[in-house]
Amino acid sequence: MYVAVKGGEEAILNAHKLIAEERRGDTVLPELSLDQIKEQMQLAVDRVMTEGSLYDRDLAALAIKQAQGDLVEAIFLLRAYRTTLARFGETQPIDTAKMAVRRRISAAYKDLPGGQVLGPSYDYTHRLLDFALAAEEGVGAPQATVAKEAVDEDMPRVTDILNHEGLIEEEIACDDDGPVADLTRDPMEFPADRDMRLQNLARGDEGFLLALGYSTQRGYGRNHPFAGEIRLGEVAVEFVPEELGFAIEIGEVTVTECQMINQFAGSAERPPQFTRGYGLAFGHCERKTMAMALVDRALRARELDESIEYPAQDEEFVLYHSDNVEASGFVQHLKLPHYVDFQSELQLIRSLRRRHDEDHLEAAE
Amino acid sequence: MDAASSEGSEALDPDQAARQRWMSVLAKARLAELESAWDEMPEKPDFAWLRAPQSGMVMLRARSGGTGSQFNLGQMTVTRCALRLENGNAGLGYVQGRSKRHAELAAIFDALLQDEAKTVELEAKVIAPLLARQKGRREEASRKANATKVNFFTLVRGEND
Repeated sequence: MYVAVKGGEEAILNAHKLIAEERRGDTVLPELSLDQIKEQMQLAVDRVMTEGSLYDRDLAALAIKQAQGDLVEAIFLLRAYRTTLARFGETQPIDTAKMAVRRRISAAYKDLPGGQVLGPSYDYTHRLLDFALAAEEGVGAPQATVAKEAVDEDMPRVTDILNHEGLIEEEIACDDDGPVADLTRDPMEFPADRDMRLQNLARGDEGFLLALGYSTQRGYGRNHPFAGEIRLGEVAVEFVPEELGFAIEIGEVTVTECQMINQFAGSAERPPQFTRGYGLAFGHCERKTMAMALVDRALRARELDESIEYPAQDEEFVLYHSDNVEASGFVQHLKLPHYVDFQSELQLIRSLRRRHDEDHLEAAE
Repeated sequence: MDAASSEGSEALDPDQAARQRWMSVLAKARLAELESAWDEMPEKPDFAWLRAPQSGMVMLRARSGGTGSQFNLGQMTVTRCALRLENGNAGLGYVQGRSKRHAELAAIFDALLQDEAKTVELEAKVIAPLLARQKGRREEASRKANATKVNFFTLVRGEND
């Protein structure tokens, strides 16, 4: 138990001044600007927005600078800031079929309408350190190749193509005007429906979800997944202002979507079909969305009548431990003074040892 | 994605459809582009705030599997404002991010565009160039992506034996 302490104001203040100095580093070097972080650390910005659950590149860059690049701390800062903002409402559901696609691959289908577009990807790089990036004079202005044509306008989702044959379960919008679970307003409830699970996973810790997704591949859960499709690009955000009564686009966001196709479920009522896991995140977060899709599928065990035997299938285990703001807070609160608590433990252990000694003395006599 | 295309947009009357289109273009414009469009306006009308610029957020909805039931993906910063010109037209700004100036300029242009005597001119001078730039950026990104389009060949196992 934590009991409040008093005092230490000056030491705390000086600790803050010290961290400010350390954050700045060697003042001979130029200070990092938010624009530099935003432009040259884009994937860090994307992760902070996704798990901070707030799409704002400027704020995410600020949080990364303030946290000295500690992304979990930056995510905490963004979550905390979010609580100061008023909420204007909910948007129309984003439509990833209308995405302005910059990357789109399928590991299941080689030839698909619209084709395979690698986009900005570290796939197929050799993972050798590139010392050109360390050169004093920098890399200059690298130029991408520009094709004559844009990518195909028509980029159907791979899962929608399979749907035509009835080979894969359909995702149908049920109860579109009904309430949607919202973890920013209501506590988690079990059994958790998919809306709550997906929101939790979307802002869940990438490392935790990656490990859980990996565990399903290694046999702790049975998914047998294929990356049906991964797509990256920009989608419009539509909102209905109360003053207008019709939807307008208020901006656009970059998202990564992963459709995982998994092995068959069949029942007396329906023939075997591929089942689905879904991943979606802000920015370019491919590892995150793939892990999310694996865990989403594993968590559907209950609705697909599968036995729940492994951690990734256990919704209480997954959903209660996926949030790195909560996890980090609870683990790190152990650093705070627990003096009173520890004093009582000391008394207890001393009395236990006294009794132990007495018992043994008696036995010896 | 030139204009909002949500459910029910078919039911809009032509004025609403036009307004939906220009408000979307203004929201997605860059602040610097709006500032220069504003600088080039010969007259800069006075206005009164109906609602001073306020930054907040909206919850982004998505659908499971892209087409299924809705879930809350995460939030996004938004700034909004409303104002009234001297001619009585009210303008509304709802723009992504935390720029109060962006919301203000979007609302002023929204109000000005509602003046039927000026709509055609402003559509040509302000909205069309903004939209062209947005399409140009989109096109360039898409052409760069298309240069990475790939055709993989599957090799039959044992083929080289």
